[in-house]
Amino acid sequence: MFKFLINPSRFNKLIDIIFRPLVIITSITLVVSLVLIYFSPLDYQQGLTVKIMYIHVPSAWLSLLTYGVMTFYSIVGLAFKIPFSFIINKAIAPIGAVFTLLCLISGSMWGKPMWGTWWVWDARLTSVAILFIIYLIIIFLNQIFDSREVREKTIAIFILIGSINLPIIKFSVDWWNTLHQPASVSKLSSPSIDISMLQPLLVMTLSFSLIGLIIAILRIKAEILIRKIN
Amino acid sequence: MSLRFQRLILIIITLVFFCSAVLLILFNTQKNIVFFYTPSELIKNDKNLLEKKVRIGGYVKKNSFLQKPLNNYQFKITDNISELLVFYEGILPDLFKEGQGTVVEGVLNNKKIIIASKVYAKHDENYMPASIKKELEKNNQWKKDYK
Repeated sequence: MFKFLINPSRFNKLIDIIFRPLVIITSITLVVSLVLIYFSPLDYQQGLTVKIMYIHVPSAWLSLLTYGVMTFYSIVGLAFKIPFSFIINKAIAPIGAVFTLLCLISGSMWGKPMWGTWWVWDARLTSVAILFIIYLIIIFLNQIFDSREVREKTIAIFILIGSINLPIIKFSVDWWNTLHQPASVSKLSSPSIDISMLQPLLVMTLSFSLIGLIIAILRIKAEILIRKIN
Repeated sequence: MSLRFQRLILIIITLVFFCSAVLLILFNTQKNIVFFYTPSELIKNDKNLLEKKVRIGGYVKKNSFLQKPLNNYQFKITDNISELLVFYEGILPDLFKEGQGTVVEGVLNNKKIIIASKVYAKHDENYMPASIKKELEKNNQWKKDYK
């Protein structure tokens, strides 16, 4: 049933069926989320600036999710020698990098009016900057090796080493004193964000994920074709 | 056990060891990773921090804020145990007010007075529509967690 996750031809077959509906659903979700955000209430402290959150938080989550997927496929690829997992690693690294950059830029634009600074070297901001650098290294590593086998293994191992950064990013705000505030949504007690702001945030996260998924599908398809030619 | 599962377990064990190594390093250098000290941590700290750039974080003490001419400000930072007097010349961020979290960066005169060169506002993780806050205030239900 889940063969399409590791088998290129199954993947292609499934994509041929679902791609068009997926694009339509994505467009609808994006429009709905933008409308929801337009009508979402202003924050009691931050006013209008709180709307940066609807870009900042989804891109932060997706930068972590993309890396999580790459970590999963690196383990699978190394342990079970499945070539498709390396195709995915190569295809989605730039997507993760873009989400991380979006997160950094929007966070910077949010920090200036609220904290009074574009950038500080606290644990959360620094660890996300490191995540961005790790993504860049993965993209560069894809260019520098001649032998495909060496390249794929090196990158997979590098991804695994870099995955230590994920828990550090997640818990940096709890472990150390940081300027960045602690988590609002993903905590054990009920989220400390009002439901009228949580709903648009979750819908926007869904549309971000769908956009990411579409780009990922296109890149994976292209990568499969390139490997067929070579 | 097949070869591929042995490989899987080896990878996972390596990863666990590697992660614990990095986390051990991070936790043992904790003092250098924190972005700021609280006023109490500052008093307990025996390193010589005077005449050096430090960052102190806490809440702006109620009724301690004084505005003097030419963007000169004076206020106290508290963590409800100890407090620290801050002198600052410059522009304050929008969120800065009494009772709100803040981090100041500057040079310590002594362990009670800091001349700040930068003031950051630190906001908490609570988000709430402005209209709900008004409603709560009307019914006297509005309260903040910190003093």
